[in-house]
Amino acid sequence: MSLTQAVRDKLDIPDLVTGGKSLKDVTVDIAKPNEDFPTKLWWNTFLLVLTITLIDVAIIGYLFYEGLYLLGINNPVGWGFFVVNFVFWIGIGHAGTLISAVLFLFRQGWRTGINRAAEAMTIFAVLVAASNLILHVGRPWLGFWLFPYPNERGPLWVNFRSPLIWDTFAVSTYLSISMVFWYLGLIPDLATLRDRATETWRKNLYNVLSFGWVGSARSWSHLEIVSMILAALSTPLVLSVHTIVSFDFAVSILPGWHTTIFPPYFVAGAIFSGFAMVVTLMVIAREVFNLKNYITMKHLDNMNKIMMVTGLIVGLAYGTEFFIAWYSGNEYEVFAFWNRAFGPYGWAYFIMISCNVLSPQVFWFRKLRYNIPVMFVASLVVNVGMWFERFVIMMTLNRDFLPSSWAMYTPTLFDYAMLIGTFGIFFTLFLLWCRIMPVIAIAEVKTVMPQKEGAHH
Amino acid sequence: MYLPKLEQFHKYKEMDEGVLGLFETPEAIIHAAEKAKEKDYKGFDCILPYPVHGIDEAMGTPRSGLPWVTFFAGIFGCTIGILFQYLTHAHDWPLNISGKSLNAWFAYVPIIFELTVFSAGIYTVAALCFLSGIPKATRRILHPDLTSHRFGLWIPKSAKGYNESEVVSFVKGLGGSEVTVVKPENQK
Repeated sequence: MSLTQAVRDKLDIPDLVTGGKSLKDVTVDIAKPNEDFPTKLWWNTFLLVLTITLIDVAIIGYLFYEGLYLLGINNPVGWGFFVVNFVFWIGIGHAGTLISAVLFLFRQGWRTGINRAAEAMTIFAVLVAASNLILHVGRPWLGFWLFPYPNERGPLWVNFRSPLIWDTFAVSTYLSISMVFWYLGLIPDLATLRDRATETWRKNLYNVLSFGWVGSARSWSHLEIVSMILAALSTPLVLSVHTIVSFDFAVSILPGWHTTIFPPYFVAGAIFSGFAMVVTLMVIAREVFNLKNYITMKHLDNMNKIMMVTGLIVGLAYGTEFFIAWYSGNEYEVFAFWNRAFGPYGWAYFIMISCNVLSPQVFWFRKLRYNIPVMFVASLVVNVGMWFERFVIMMTLNRDFLPSSWAMYTPTLFDYAMLIGTFGIFFTLFLLWCRIMPVIAIAEVKTVMPQKEGAHH
Repeated sequence: MYLPKLEQFHKYKEMDEGVLGLFETPEAIIHAAEKAKEKDYKGFDCILPYPVHGIDEAMGTPRSGLPWVTFFAGIFGCTIGILFQYLTHAHDWPLNISGKSLNAWFAYVPIIFELTVFSAGIYTVAALCFLSGIPKATRRILHPDLTSHRFGLWIPKSAKGYNESEVVSFVKGLGGSEVTVVKPENQK
């Protein structure tokens, strides 16, 4: 932050931390939700999502005891909700890395208020996505076959030319780098909680979690460089992960899937849905944890703008797909797209269009970008729309080359239970995390505080 | 040519015995670090609640050399990625899939990329942990405010020309509010 307060005032640059907070206030405010006993609201929400998670786990157990015939999958629609959920949740995860890595590289100070929660969101979303990836193979206890390891079945190796193996590598690399990035940033903040702790058990817990961080200038200088390196590494990683997810579809020869637009189209969709989820979570977090001075309207405004732009990109991609399908002159391709919009799953297509392309257009108006209920509803709508986008892509399978092999896909109760269960797992992890770790990066917020410059005047 | 230098890999030194002075503002700690550097107290350190910009120049600490670790670890991961896929598919278990070349290296690119990023990231973080002396759960905390809103100047006993009373008055002279002499026996 090279601008002084006077210059900032003159240029009308909004403060990233409002309310005239001092360094100590920042620590106290952000550590409060971790130090106080959880509120009734927290307990109620937590018990609700925990129940959903436990039911989900029981259903998963039953599903694999009985077999996947309980699901709606058939031939030709052999993938079903698991892969819809997988692509949806991986996409949700991407905004976290984008906020923390790309905005870091572009020196966007406003990221500091939201990066921690967004990174945690990434980790949990990727975990949920990975579990769907493992589950969709049908025999999840053999999931370790996806990894290349010297085994007792002779020189039998995984097929590195298979998109499923690419997924395995991409998702596990993404998960490990995101986790390391997230935890590295947490270490100094956990040290803050350790030093503030009064009870012995709490002190011991945070002592272990904080790795014995002291805050030496020498360590900080290494840590800052490493944060930058990890940001630079995760940026192409985000693009590669969703590109590879799109390869799951694009390397097939199915009309509607076999297109070069898939990688950028998937990445844009991922950012779009991810930012929508961040807005949903941040709107809740700033109310519940009383963090309005740290997650300001400016933060939300910026995220709404990004949502609008990525919404337009996604809209452009929908249009391009249609245009190219027509322009290619390939009748299977033309039919695939005609069938998407006007076939038996046309209703899903129009839900997708209205949620993803039309609803973010409200953010053209500043008044609506600054309106909490509007953005909250819009972010939920976008998430619904993005889930349907993946559903629409998956349903391309129901009518391929030969009309004799066409079949309808009807999700069963088990499919819906799996879908609801993913939300249960995600929110259980997120709520638990909010209790034990700071939702805002304490140390990083301090570096962008406007008061800092004025302190010695 | 730009080559790595050993002093770029500066290690965290344990704070067992020495003098700790507390400062209230980032400007004060930068000023204090400059003065301590002038005095040539070797191995002195600053303890900060967040990365204060300009402290490295004030202390005379060179830029971290960790990007070198990333660079070489990346090359290592990339090589492993290429060799592993080539050796398993073209040598150890050649499999003819729709008549494609055994060494169909275009298909290897995603995994080569992922392994490059993975090892570059993980080894860099491992190096950071090594240089920062973490994880270590038995470390003593000098002052609880140092991770919240105050800044510490640490002058270790091992520093050249260390004289306890002289150092105490030096730190006080810089405007250090609470100046404590830390000794191993009065720890805990």
